[in-house]
Amino acid sequence: MDSALIPKGVKRCPLWQFVLFVGAVGVVLLWGVYAMLLCWIKGLNQTNMNDFYGFALWIWADLTVIALGGGAFFTGLLRYIFGKEVLKNIINYAVLIGFICYSSALLILAYDVGQPLRGWFIFWHANVHSMLTEVAFCLTCYFGVLTIEFIPLILENRLINRVRFFHHLGHNMHEIMAVFAATGAFLSFFHQGSLGGVPGVLFGRPFAFREGLFIWPWTFFLFTWSAAACGPCFTILITKITEAVTRKKLVKDDAVELLAKISGWMILTYIIAKTIDTLYWATVTVPSKGFALEFFYSNNPLYGYWILFAEIVICGFVPAAILIFKKGRKNPVTLWIAVILAVVGVCLNRWAMVLQVMAAPVLTFESWVMYFPSWQEIATTILPVAYGIILIAIAHRYLPVFPNEPELNPLETIIAEEQEPEEAEAEPLVDQEQELKPAEA
Amino acid sequence: MFPFNFEWIWDMSHMVFMGGLWYALNIIGLGMTYCIIKAVIDASKEKDNNHH
Repeated sequence: MDSALIPKGVKRCPLWQFVLFVGAVGVVLLWGVYAMLLCWIKGLNQTNMNDFYGFALWIWADLTVIALGGGAFFTGLLRYIFGKEVLKNIINYAVLIGFICYSSALLILAYDVGQPLRGWFIFWHANVHSMLTEVAFCLTCYFGVLTIEFIPLILENRLINRVRFFHHLGHNMHEIMAVFAATGAFLSFFHQGSLGGVPGVLFGRPFAFREGLFIWPWTFFLFTWSAAACGPCFTILITKITEAVTRKKLVKDDAVELLAKISGWMILTYIIAKTIDTLYWATVTVPSKGFALEFFYSNNPLYGYWILFAEIVICGFVPAAILIFKKGRKNPVTLWIAVILAVVGVCLNRWAMVLQVMAAPVLTFESWVMYFPSWQEIATTILPVAYGIILIAIAHRYLPVFPNEPELNPLETIIAEEQEPEEAEAEPLVDQEQELKPAEA
Repeated sequence: MFPFNFEWIWDMSHMVFMGGLWYALNIIGLGMTYCIIKAVIDASKEKDNNHH
């Protein structure tokens, strides 16, 4: 039924199966939309946020998806500016993942501000002394860049590409993509950094406060660095999950290995810098503010030294050690472990820098304040995940996201595998291909 | 925010922040305008060639 829309040279599941899958995920999406409407109509009293937790689950999710979406700007930088041609096989998917992450981040902000109709205030009545203003500017502009990077892929759809104007538009956009990629890298550097800068300048909260360079605390640089290091790991992870779900190899090994290698070295350098930063904070900054290190990791039910160990050692040095060695990144099992650990590591880092900061007491008469999100917060945080799955499913079905797919999965092989051995022997492969429906042939 | 708005102040913060925003928006806008105009021209040229 939709065979005319499916890219040439690839095989897709029947439409009913696809609709069933999208419908099942759509139910989760609708649950999230319902919770979102509750927050908009009834207000932020639907959440468990309070005077202690002005930043809560949403801001953690926001910072996390932005960091994970960093794979798009970093892969784009490597592909278009540093000329790593081999990454052309994965750049489409990196852009798609980045698009999902950034649109999700904007969606989360839309319900976090409580009054989305006043979203434009930040541009018109900008507070130029706030790092969050820079975040808003760069985030919006970079989402525009990601949309521009995503449009040529949409225009490559078989039906759309038949229209002359769209065909040429896609071609022209490809031609000057380096300009957009460079702009995107510039914008990403600043908004990733400013998100890190926000906790770093909180001099009233010694758990987060960092010294730095000029107006930028060290967390500014660490956030950008960690996004560039762990974002590509997320791209690899989603690629591997997609390959597992579709039971097909979609990207050539050389592209994944190069990305994994660069990511490994980035994680190693980042985690060394993070370790130095933590040591300096623990031995100089914290005592200078009148605290001892153990104060931030004791007398509460959740936050112990384990979080520091998990973030730096298990989810930092371990994936770096796996990915920088050829043997580690070539082995599928260790590659899976490394990318999962790297992704968990950046999630833990953002959790500590958003929620542990809020939980830790700052005044002598205060104690630790714990927080558990309401179901509305959980549903609205799961909403972008469902949206992402649906968008990936639609893009995978109708757009040539993976340029290597026809080459890695020749139709003759797929047909031969699907048919009974006797039938496969009886009929020549060429005839089988001629009998296929247009979408499959 | 533009320099002609009443909130505008001619200081470094406003110039850097708002200058950066308009600079980025201009690159994106000009880039897309170039692509669209060139696509219209290319498509019409192709159409003319097909007629001849």
